[in-house]
Amino acid sequence: MATQNRPLSPHLQVYRLPLTALMSITHRMTGIGLTLGTLLLAWWVSAAAYGQAEYEQVQAFLGSWIAMILLLGFSFALFFHLCNGIRHLFWDFGNYFELHETRRADICVLIGAAALTAATWFMVL
Amino acid sequence: MATDSHSLRSALGRARGLGSAKEGTNHWWLQRVTAIALVPLTMWLVASIVALSGFGHGAFVVWFGRPLNATLMILFLGVGFHHAQLGMQVVIEDYVSHHGWRTTLNLLVKFACYGLATLSIVSILTIAFGA
Repeated sequence: MATQNRPLSPHLQVYRLPLTALMSITHRMTGIGLTLGTLLLAWWVSAAAYGQAEYEQVQAFLGSWIAMILLLGFSFALFFHLCNGIRHLFWDFGNYFELHETRRADICVLIGAAALTAATWFMVL
Repeated sequence: MATDSHSLRSALGRARGLGSAKEGTNHWWLQRVTAIALVPLTMWLVASIVALSGFGHGAFVVWFGRPLNATLMILFLGVGFHHAQLGMQVVIEDYVSHHGWRTTLNLLVKFACYGLATLSIVSILTIAFGA
């Protein structure tokens, strides 16, 4: 049985990933990050149920610069995962698989995620 | 495949199409259903957080004390934590090859996701019912 001419998977240490592939792995990484971020969401919501003192503890933490950096990361991760997730749904329906189409969607997702993050922080600050 | 007379798969097994994991496309499909639901729910949650930022505990209680807001928040929490659990399961199954670790991590993620979801939903209900 001949074994030549089989397709090879990209060798990650040699092969320079195209933008679409980088965004695919970023989708997973933002998903993991957002799952960890739910700890903060659960803390915020449950503190509010416990009372004013507990809620103010969370608010005090959220006002610190380390939390601001964390929230900036979470918000971009959320909007990236949202925009790229919508693109994945289009893929699931069998659309936009051509190279020039994936390239265009890459740009749309990145601009969309950045714009939504900027708009959110503009309204908060 | 379906016409292979030497196949050991029964006609019923082929018709059900559930495969070796016995759940067919259920996991894949639920990931998409929750994703579609999360698009509007996430936009609503971000708008809520923006509206509540800069205000204190009272504003939070008033906002989630409204039945529609409590409903949307509980939907976000239930659907969102389910989506997170489904996604983390795929990541763990793809990258953790050791069988024991894979099962252990998947169990921990399941317990954490549904535990946090329940805590958050009970918290919203506590506020909504004004306890």
